[in-house]
Amino acid sequence: MKRRGGLLAFPYAVWMILFTVVPMLLVVWFALTDEDGLPTVGNFIRLWDYGAVFGRSLGLAAVSTVICLLIGYPLAYVLSRETDAMRNTAMLLIMLPMWINILLRTYAWMSILENSGLLNQLLSFLRLPALHIINTPSAVALGMVYNYLPFMVLPVLTVITKIDDSVVEAAQDLGGSQATVFRRVILPLSLPGVLSGITMVFVPAVSTFIISKLLGGGKSMLLGDLIEMQFLGNTYNPYLGSAISLVMMVIVLISMALMNRFGEGEEEVMGL
Amino acid sequence: MPKELIRLVDCTMAFDGEIVLNAINLTIHDKEFLTLLGPSGCGKTTTLRLIGGFETPTSGGIFFDGARINDVPPHKRRVNTVFQKYALFPHLNVFENVAFGLRIAKIPDGGGKKSRLPEGEIEERVQGALELVGLKGYHRRRVHQLSGGQQQRVAIARAIVNRPQVLLLDEPLGALDLKLRKEMQHELKEIQRQVGITFVYVTHDQEEALTMSDTVVVMNHGNIQQIGTPVDIYNEPVNAFVADFIGESNIIQGVMHKDYSVSFAGRLFECVDSGFDPNQPVDVVVRPEDVRMTPPDGGQLRGTVNSVTFKGVFYEIFIDVGEIEWMVHSTSAPKIGDEVGLLLTPEDIHVMDRPDLFPEGAEALTLEDVDPEPEFEDGGGDGEDGEEA
Ligand SMILES: Nc1ncnc2c1ncn2[C@@H]1O[C@H](COP(=O)(O)OP(=O)(O)OP(=O)(O)O)[C@@H](O)[C@H]1O
Ligand SMILES: [Mg+2]
Repeated sequence: MKRRGGLLAFPYAVWMILFTVVPMLLVVWFALTDEDGLPTVGNFIRLWDYGAVFGRSLGLAAVSTVICLLIGYPLAYVLSRETDAMRNTAMLLIMLPMWINILLRTYAWMSILENSGLLNQLLSFLRLPALHIINTPSAVALGMVYNYLPFMVLPVLTVITKIDDSVVEAAQDLGGSQATVFRRVILPLSLPGVLSGITMVFVPAVSTFIISKLLGGGKSMLLGDLIEMQFLGNTYNPYLGSAISLVMMVIVLISMALMNRFGEGEEEVMGL
Repeated sequence: MPKELIRLVDCTMAFDGEIVLNAINLTIHDKEFLTLLGPSGCGKTTTLRLIGGFETPTSGGIFFDGARINDVPPHKRRVNTVFQKYALFPHLNVFENVAFGLRIAKIPDGGGKKSRLPEGEIEERVQGALELVGLKGYHRRRVHQLSGGQQQRVAIARAIVNRPQVLLLDEPLGALDLKLRKEMQHELKEIQRQVGITFVYVTHDQEEALTMSDTVVVMNHGNIQQIGTPVDIYNEPVNAFVADFIGESNIIQGVMHKDYSVSFAGRLFECVDSGFDPNQPVDVVVRPEDVRMTPPDGGQLRGTVNSVTFKGVFYEIFIDVGEIEWMVHSTSAPKIGDEVGLLLTPEDIHVMDRPDLFPEGAEALTLEDVDPEPEFEDGGGDGEDGEEA
């Protein structure tokens, strides 16, 4: 049995080694060498120059994640209380944009947000002042929220839907008003969904480059753009690019670990 | 009887058009121990859910202290429930599960404001409740680390710790072994007496119902069959269903010849019942412990011993009498194949209407639902005891 299991895992193992482990090692190798292939930590020291980009990227990703949570959680909660048919329809509608290429969706937002775009045409039609959002961090955040909201809604919805009705009834039976039941039962029980939602939004948001490029107008460069530049841009420098990637990965891993810690801690506190 | 507390008036409950409770009427008095007894699926849990506020009756009214509460949400009802499926909070440990109701309770303090219970009192009451259900020292456990029987006891503690006016208990001892179940029956009865809580108790164990209750409500297929004291229900069952569900019975189809005279098993018997139509088909119910065995010619009936089973205090003996097999409980054991006589005294013969033979009087649903030849499980629920320690 055991051998069989091992055999079945073989294709996956090969896949992982070829396309994950080897590239990772390459990234580490590049990050620790210079143009002449000599070992150096200079790439990491140079990162200090890009502190602002790191800060902006993490900040924007964090803001987008929070907005996704603020919109996504209530949406998921409301949907969890709907009938199955209604919920499935809503989920389909939420997923639908994800079937369209991200580039296309982001271009669409570009033409909506442009100074003479749809949004401002509508505003002027309503005799309201025009909004100059395009090429600002706000537009980038908007794009991120739009693109990654489903990644927040779906895990939260899944977890809330799985909460046993009888547990909710027990809380009501013991005197819990709707707000109390939410705060003391539904919220803590949905925390795992919230944590995976946060991860699933934050990680792609921190590394995106298309959204910031198209909606940020290249003015507010993010980590993703920076990395792209090192590999594909005029300033070809894979050594620096690898170092940035590596540091970004470590930051993401640390924040995920912190969140899981927080999740467990929360449970402990609630359960003490 | 103390004053009336809860009343269900013509309560009908239908799920997707299927009638689950059929216009039931039930009065529950203050501090009463009332038990709903009936086979699986007869609507016991649904009745409790109506009282707890988790279902709204399709038609009819629910009254609490005289006020109609059909639309009062569960958290505003002075009722707590021990759920059949426990429904413990998976994210909380045993202590916090039990403390849940106390933590969210708002108690009026002197100044017209509401305040929370002090931590010390919560601690004290929770520990007291846990001790009561035999789970002292388990307060730090996670609920998924408990056995089924332990979870069930946490559910009981979580409800009683709030000292509600009414406690709804849905088969609260179902997962316990016989010894623990007896202990808990005693504890619950004590709590009910001391604190003066009204208990609405659900069980399908007839012995539990008879020993604990002030009032027993026997249900079948969404209809109330009989309401009465345990003694009434046992001694004066209104129909063969109740007789068979409460204790064991010989149920024989017969014909009421005239007042005080009924024919069954091929001969005429003297009885104490009257008021039936002449020649009305009836069910004749005789308790196995009321049948006396005599020498072959000493009784009204004569038969052959078919089987003898030792049951502890008595023997259960099946005796073939023509078409019918009689069940007899006796402290002496005949041998298989022995010829014996059976002696019935008039007081031991209970004559009952046959519900399946009611003319148009009964509604379509009732007609359909009453099994013409009831093959009910025997009441003794002991065989179904869980194995939890
Ligand atoms: N939400 C529901 N939707 C549809 N049918 C239901 C629902 N709840 C209960 N029923 C039906 O109502 C009937 C009575 O159910 P109920 O749970 O009250 O039985 P019960 O007497 O408690 O049985 P048990 O002893 O097995 O717990 C059953 O036939 C059940 O299938
Ligand atoms: Mg039930």
